[in-house]
Amino acid sequence: MTADTQPEVIVIVGAGHGAGQCAASLRQEGFEGKIVLIGEEPYLPYQRPPLSKKFLSGELTIERVYFKPADFYETAEVDVRLNTRVTEIDRGAKEVVTEDGTRIAYDKLILTTGSRVRELRAPGADLKGIHYLRTIDDVEGLKTDFTAGKHMVIVGAGYVGLEVAAVALKHGLEVTVLEMEPRVLARVTSPEVSQFFHDVHTEAGVNILYGHAVTEFKGEDRLQEAVLSNGSTLRADIALIGIGILPNMELAEAAGIACHNGIQVDELCRTSDPDVFAAGDCTEHPNPIYGRRIRLESVHNALEQAKTAAAAALGKEKPYAQVPWFWSDQYDLKLQMAGLNQGYDEVVLRGDPTSRKFAAFYLKDGVLIAVDAINAAPEYMIGRKLIGEKAKVAPARLRDINVNMKEVAAG
Amino acid sequence: MAKITFIDHDGTKRDVEADNGLSVMEAAVNNMVPGIDADCGGACACATCHVYVDDAWMGKTGEISDMEETMLDFAEDRRENSRLSCQIKISDELDGLVVTTPESQH
Ligand SMILES: Cc1cc2nc3c(=O)[nH]c(=O)nc-3n(C[C@H](O)[C@H](O)[C@H](O)COP(=O)(O)OP(=O)(O)OC[C@H]3O[C@@H](n4cnc5c(N)ncnc54)[C@H](O)[C@@H]3O)c2cc1C
Ligand code: FES
Repeated sequence: MTADTQPEVIVIVGAGHGAGQCAASLRQEGFEGKIVLIGEEPYLPYQRPPLSKKFLSGELTIERVYFKPADFYETAEVDVRLNTRVTEIDRGAKEVVTEDGTRIAYDKLILTTGSRVRELRAPGADLKGIHYLRTIDDVEGLKTDFTAGKHMVIVGAGYVGLEVAAVALKHGLEVTVLEMEPRVLARVTSPEVSQFFHDVHTEAGVNILYGHAVTEFKGEDRLQEAVLSNGSTLRADIALIGIGILPNMELAEAAGIACHNGIQVDELCRTSDPDVFAAGDCTEHPNPIYGRRIRLESVHNALEQAKTAAAAALGKEKPYAQVPWFWSDQYDLKLQMAGLNQGYDEVVLRGDPTSRKFAAFYLKDGVLIAVDAINAAPEYMIGRKLIGEKAKVAPARLRDINVNMKEVAAG
Repeated sequence: MAKITFIDHDGTKRDVEADNGLSVMEAAVNNMVPGIDADCGGACACATCHVYVDDAWMGKTGEISDMEETMLDFAEDRRENSRLSCQIKISDELDGLVVTTPESQH
């Protein structure tokens, strides 16, 4: 695209992590036109990871979770419209329509609509005391109930559930985690690492019950009990549901933009409409390292796709080709994960899990495809690099803690 | 409250004022100082907030945790005075701190 065909107005829908980065990247790329950033939440783009960690525990104030300070949007001349939900994309007219009928014209549109929590459908699921965790408002609601001595039931042993369990325990709550699968973090890690997190949480005092679903919540006007699939009941003063998320793709889908497991984009974050781009949790995108299409729920993905989408909206090519990575903080443990372990045929443990410092490497046909590192930054940093290089690594060298990771990388 | 000077790899200086208790990384992000990515927002998980601390200040920026030490070890162009800026907590002691940002965080 040449300078004279540059867009004049770029509209960003959704005001999360990806949106904030998009606005910043558009200016960094030299875009001088109008940027309109529309979000339904009442807050400027903020970081969600602290919501289940230091913001919930009270260690971080709200000012410290914002992605950029308010001044940034003024200086960068971003027209931010909060508390505003976009209800329609009129691709013919190249306008987005907001809830109150306002129409906002765009030359290029970037969708960063993120994802939303999957809701648990069971009788009583709307009782007071039942919470989800996705937004600042969700945390504020949860905090009003977060008092020592209360019995908390957490449905779902994913990252969010386990992080909240750790914080709740520290705050003196009694915590029970219910998981349908036979192990924690079943969707994302290996049985070996699941076992480690099971041990950590149970030793800390969390009660984890496997193979259980909630069939009903009971209480007068507030939650009092959870009824499990085997008919037994659990005292529950509060509950947190963490059973996954769904990509926010309906807005795009209704406008006829190709969607399947997310808004479909290519390596430049282009959707099936040449004037519409998408980034972050809401997309299903190709990953060249794995040679397949994936959907990710991570800050890194939102940031990197946002950079790619912003460039693409200005006609520049910055193909997205990243090793996915993610972190989680529980108790004194920092879990850093890189890559995707789906389809691994060998798992190699490096270090002793009981020392709370170890890594699990995942190999497929001898090629390193993923690593989970617990308090093990070298394994994570080198692992991530080797994954990007699709390196073949000898399991014996990975396993041997006397061979340091720099030597492992040197082959 | 402390005044902090950020120097780019090409020598451009930027002075910012920041409240005690925040991290040096936050001081940079809040004041739109370029050169610090801070992908993980201060969780000591990404090493994209790497800075070089002016030698005169090295002793005052606090202990380096094992985690920070090992993350730094694998950062691009690590030097004696490398720190992760999200792990340096601002206090009156640090009034006048000077740090340099690397050419790249990746
Ligand atoms: C509790 C919690 C802990 C997490 N911890 C980690 C972690 O440790 N590490 C990590 O890497 N990732 C973590 N994540 C995931 C990470 O936060 C997400 O991947 C990231 O926020 C995705 O950014 P996004 O911009 O794609 O979407 P989002 O942050 O979901 O933002 C999308 C925004 O768009 C708004 N929106 C949607 N539709 C519309 C519409 N039609 N009109 C207007 N606005 C709309 C939504 O309300 C939302 O505010 C965590 C997530 C949660 C919830
Ligand atoms: S911001 Fe990620 S390590 Fe400092």
